[in-house]
Amino acid sequence: MDYFSLLKTAVPSMGILGAAFAGGLTIASVKLAVETDPRIEEIEDALPGANCGACGEPGCGSFAEAVVSGGAKADGCPVGGSEVADKIAEIMGADAGQESVRSLARVLCRGGNQETFARSEYRGIQSCKAADIASSGSKSCSYGCLGFGDCAVICPFDAIEMNDNGLPVIIDEKCTGCGNCVDECPKEIITLAPEDKEVHIRCSSHNEGKTVKSICEVGCIGCGICAKKCPVDAITMENNLAVLDYGDCINCGACVKACPMDTIETIETDAKSKKQKTKNKKKKKANKEDSNPELKVVESKSEEEDDSSIEENDSTTEDDNNESAESECSISITDECVGCTVCVEECPVEAINGEAGELHEIDPEACIECENCVAACPKEAIITD
Amino acid sequence: MELLLVFLGASITNNFILARFLGICPFLGVSKEVPTAFSMGLATTFVMTTSAMVVWFVQTFILEKFGLPYLQYVAFILVISAFVQLTEMAVRKISEPLYKALGIFLPLITTNCAILGLALLIPLKGYSFIESTIFGFGAGVGFTLAMVLMAGMRERLAFADVPEPLQGAPMTLIIAGMMAMAFMGFSGMIAM
Repeated sequence: MDYFSLLKTAVPSMGILGAAFAGGLTIASVKLAVETDPRIEEIEDALPGANCGACGEPGCGSFAEAVVSGGAKADGCPVGGSEVADKIAEIMGADAGQESVRSLARVLCRGGNQETFARSEYRGIQSCKAADIASSGSKSCSYGCLGFGDCAVICPFDAIEMNDNGLPVIIDEKCTGCGNCVDECPKEIITLAPEDKEVHIRCSSHNEGKTVKSICEVGCIGCGICAKKCPVDAITMENNLAVLDYGDCINCGACVKACPMDTIETIETDAKSKKQKTKNKKKKKANKEDSNPELKVVESKSEEEDDSSIEENDSTTEDDNNESAESECSISITDECVGCTVCVEECPVEAINGEAGELHEIDPEACIECENCVAACPKEAIITD
Repeated sequence: MELLLVFLGASITNNFILARFLGICPFLGVSKEVPTAFSMGLATTFVMTTSAMVVWFVQTFILEKFGLPYLQYVAFILVISAFVQLTEMAVRKISEPLYKALGIFLPLITTNCAILGLALLIPLKGYSFIESTIFGFGAGVGFTLAMVLMAGMRERLAFADVPEPLQGAPMTLIIAGMMAMAFMGFSGMIAM
């Protein structure tokens, strides 16, 4: 082939042809330009950009479009949490409304290799799904974590690590609440919980109490003490297992202390410090509206009455109620009290009355002896008998 | 009369989809609803007609003149992709919902073999400029016709009691085959 003629004709002809089309397209792109909402791009920049799909949209781009068109809320991104929601709200020029809370993955099983034992030897593929197919795995508890770390593998953010005890540990800072691990776990023991909820019932076993005691040191035996101790009825007993409703839980920790098996655990998060800031704001508001706290006290009392009337058939609970009503509560406030109202805020059942600067009092009938106030008092003025 | 024959030949007798089996991808991909299928057909028709015209110029005044027939593919793909880009911008400007409904199939017109096939057939058949334009337009109309017919059937198929193993793609392919057989009845009507 004559390379010179190739250079003389082929290259220029194709070059000119390409240049002509490029010029035409440039003109067309200016004339046919579609004006897109600049906010879409801004929101897309504010989003985490993981395209995980946890919001329900195919990706961050379509979520941004949905927000602008009104199809999605500003706080619709569960991964970004309140920080991103605030940014989006700012772009959209509207208030984000309620402060959205980030969700975190929580493993509802505490039974690692130390707390449980192997009922058989498993030599198959080292994955939870494979082990689960082979007679529900080799662990003594057929509801518990299998420990092969399928969740750690599937986690796109490296937020799950397997500890020496064979249990997954969630790294809160990395977890985005995308829910991939929840879907991956064959035992369905991972759940998403709001970041500000620190109390978790870490067992998923529906075995009877006797069986649980024989196979796991920290399993829920279904005794129901936590459900009774819970001041807000956030715990229900479902087929030998205590189940916590995160929506109702107030982090009082009464159940953690009550649990005889140490199944219920407090996992502290950063959310607490954030929450205290907002709490202080709310406190100021509450002080302005004096009528509100009184109303709440009345409401809670009437609720208690309702409960006892419903449970009249159950003789044991009735006895318990009578006992607590008769006996004085074991917590008292000494003269050391300076009236700072910290304990009033901490009390989950609003059993402490008192204005700022005055000596506080404990209502013995309402008190559930959770001892939150004892720990909270800065003057150590609250003592237990 | 000659032009009418070219048109009918391109659109019906030698239908690009059902007789030449070119452009099956959008035929199966975008034929779920009649309006979308029709729009896809229109977009393809636009690209086919304009490319046919430009391809004729490129073929006659550049490739043949400078003795570069071996650059056919490069030159034609350049023409087609440029016009697909133009169509994409136009569709987005005219109708955003249509742009979304066509989705990936709009830029994929570039790789639609029906259009490259059309471009390559023009020099092969030795058409004049007018004939080329009519040929391109006829091919586009034939493409649209096949798309709309297919979409119409698939819309009705949604309510039909299709055996489970045949649901979805298998049934669509069976229909495509039957349509192709029906179109075989036209063969020989116009000698091309």
